[in-house]
Amino acid sequence: MSLEAAFADEPAFVPYLAAGDPTYGASLEYVEALARGGADVIELGLPFSEPIAEGKTIQDAIVRSLEAGMTPARFFEFVEDLDVDVPVVCMTYYNLIYQYGAEEGPGPFVERAAEVGIEGFVVPDLPAEEAGPLREACDEFGLDLVFIVAPTTRGERLETMMDQVSGYVYVQARLGVTGARDDVDDATEESLARLADWDVPKAVGFGIKTGEHAERIVSAGADGVIVGSALVDIVAEGHESGAPVDDVADELEAKARDLKEGALRGAQERPQPERT
Amino acid sequence: MSTDDAHDPKFGEYGGQYVPEALMPAIEELADAYRRYVLENEDGFMDEFRERLADFGGRPTPLQYADQLSERYDTDVYLKREDLLHGGAHKLNNALGQVLLAKYMGKERIIAETGAGQHGTATAMAAAHLDMPCEIYMGETDIARQRPNVFRMRINGAEVNPVTVGRGTLKEAISETMRDWATTVETTHYVIGSVVGPHPFPKMVRDFQSVISEEAREQCIEKTGDLPDAVLACAGGGSNTMGTFAEFVDDSEVDLYAVEAGGSSLQVDEEKGVAPNSASLSTGGEGVLHGARTKLLQDRDGQIMESHSISAGLDYAGVGPELAHLVDEGRVTPVNVDDDAALEAFHRLSQDEGVIPALETAHAFGFLEGHHDEVGDTVVVNVSGRGDKDLETVIEETSKRDLDIAPDLSLFEQIGGGGR
Ligand SMILES: Cc1ncc(COP(=O)(O)O)c(C=O)c1O
Repeated sequence: MSLEAAFADEPAFVPYLAAGDPTYGASLEYVEALARGGADVIELGLPFSEPIAEGKTIQDAIVRSLEAGMTPARFFEFVEDLDVDVPVVCMTYYNLIYQYGAEEGPGPFVERAAEVGIEGFVVPDLPAEEAGPLREACDEFGLDLVFIVAPTTRGERLETMMDQVSGYVYVQARLGVTGARDDVDDATEESLARLADWDVPKAVGFGIKTGEHAERIVSAGADGVIVGSALVDIVAEGHESGAPVDDVADELEAKARDLKEGALRGAQERPQPERT
Repeated sequence: MSTDDAHDPKFGEYGGQYVPEALMPAIEELADAYRRYVLENEDGFMDEFRERLADFGGRPTPLQYADQLSERYDTDVYLKREDLLHGGAHKLNNALGQVLLAKYMGKERIIAETGAGQHGTATAMAAAHLDMPCEIYMGETDIARQRPNVFRMRINGAEVNPVTVGRGTLKEAISETMRDWATTVETTHYVIGSVVGPHPFPKMVRDFQSVISEEAREQCIEKTGDLPDAVLACAGGGSNTMGTFAEFVDDSEVDLYAVEAGGSSLQVDEEKGVAPNSASLSTGGEGVLHGARTKLLQDRDGQIMESHSISAGLDYAGVGPELAHLVDEGRVTPVNVDDDAALEAFHRLSQDEGVIPALETAHAFGFLEGHHDEVGDTVVVNVSGRGDKDLETVIEETSKRDLDIAPDLSLFEQIGGGGR
């Protein structure tokens, strides 16, 4: 299924986990549990040693995953081993994409990603200005490139991004780095308004934690919600308390269901578009 | 300084702006402020900067003839005494420039990272001088080995935020400061400490630091009637190097040596992902870190390696993109000096010249010791900083080694201080 199609009928729930956190095997089960709980797209993190856009929760997840031996090659195996029927997006930093394979540039990484069935990329340290080579490689191999629109993004920068984005646009709900929060920022609504006439789905992320948050975000006009830290917290607690993998997976599935249902409620509260 | 390249974010293939989207508008705003205030002297910014560098900073710093070393090497050795700048290192040139720029831009808060603590100290001093609130991020390892500078930052009124991730050195501190900046970008300026990071930082920091080479070039001509044959400077991120080289780059007859930290070995431990050195110019590969494409210490997958140096200020896995470019062009020669040779040079300069250098600086003198035959008849070495901050490290590291040149430190044991 293409990324856009995943947003077509109802608001999408897009969970993030770092692949391999805390171990390869447990992580496979956790991602599959999210799919059972209603994930429509999965953002799968390939850990980079300097995750400058990440808050503490995801930084810790990245350390656990790297210490358990995650590498780009293992990541691609991981995607092949995953038994889910929703599209997978690879979220990582540009240096890993650039260094992969013998030949210089993003081509080999994108080619390998296409082989294992990855549908697209989110690269937090690659603004539209530097994204030309990756965009070209994505076009060549038929993958999408998702850009993050920040609350500070305006004017010409917005236009440049609109020209390059595909799949969906990641609307950053508030300034800062990733991390679960207890409130929803007004910046979200302003950002959604600025993107109103873009013809790609708009998914909002950064700080979403509960079904109620998801509901509010979707009722404000988002086509989907992206949730990372709130899920990684469950993985981290399970790891620290030594809980059985199955129990943690059940908890993730329940959390996914809560978030997906929140998003669905949000869609019902939305003013119905006029039929033409 | 010319404005023609002010908008070009690249040095050949290096440089660029690889940062989270939330920061892009801020670095565009900064690029615009850099062009207007620094390159075009709008509102007399550069005049005020130069005046404050003189009155507050103590510029110009001297170019001193080093009698003993000159005799030892049979080469005229001149010391550019940046250790005499206020704060004790070249770092103030940049910190003062950026804090003043932040003020002109209407920013309300200053953040910075620091490795050796010299940049943090310089930023804290500049912020106090210009009445701006200031927070410094510093890795735990560096806090432990640079305590005097931590106190200096606190005394100047800055908050010091310890960074615990990774090995707790400069690389982690830069990442953490970028995270703060991504959250507070609308009111805060990030005073980056070297010629690293996204455009316009590498150009802007070079321009603030180029006062070193501007003075050194004039002073050398004044004293010797000619340009030097070679200029030496130690390279961590590369601000000291770029500042010392900038005005000599077009003098093709002057050789430029960037001296990196060879650490304990140039071999890499692939298994652990650790490089026991910080020699990214000599041994690194091209990649993207902290906002720029440059030369980096990284493993085959592109994960950044932990670096090592006896000197905290050189202990960084990357290097400025312009320096990487000048090395590729053959204009700058990258060389390296290991921990042992740097420590030995520290003691030699202290004993021979009465100048106690920073351990960073000592690397440049370590190179001179081994290669004085190759550098020509007149050489300028930048004394990037003074060594007071390093005394605890020097005592500890000296006591681990059998150095002929080192003073006898058993005095401490006799009085029960144990070296601490
Ligand atoms: C005294 C001194 N010299 C040199 C350096 C190296 O840094 P850079 O290469 O960026 O000038 C430092 C960094 O902290 C320093 O404190």
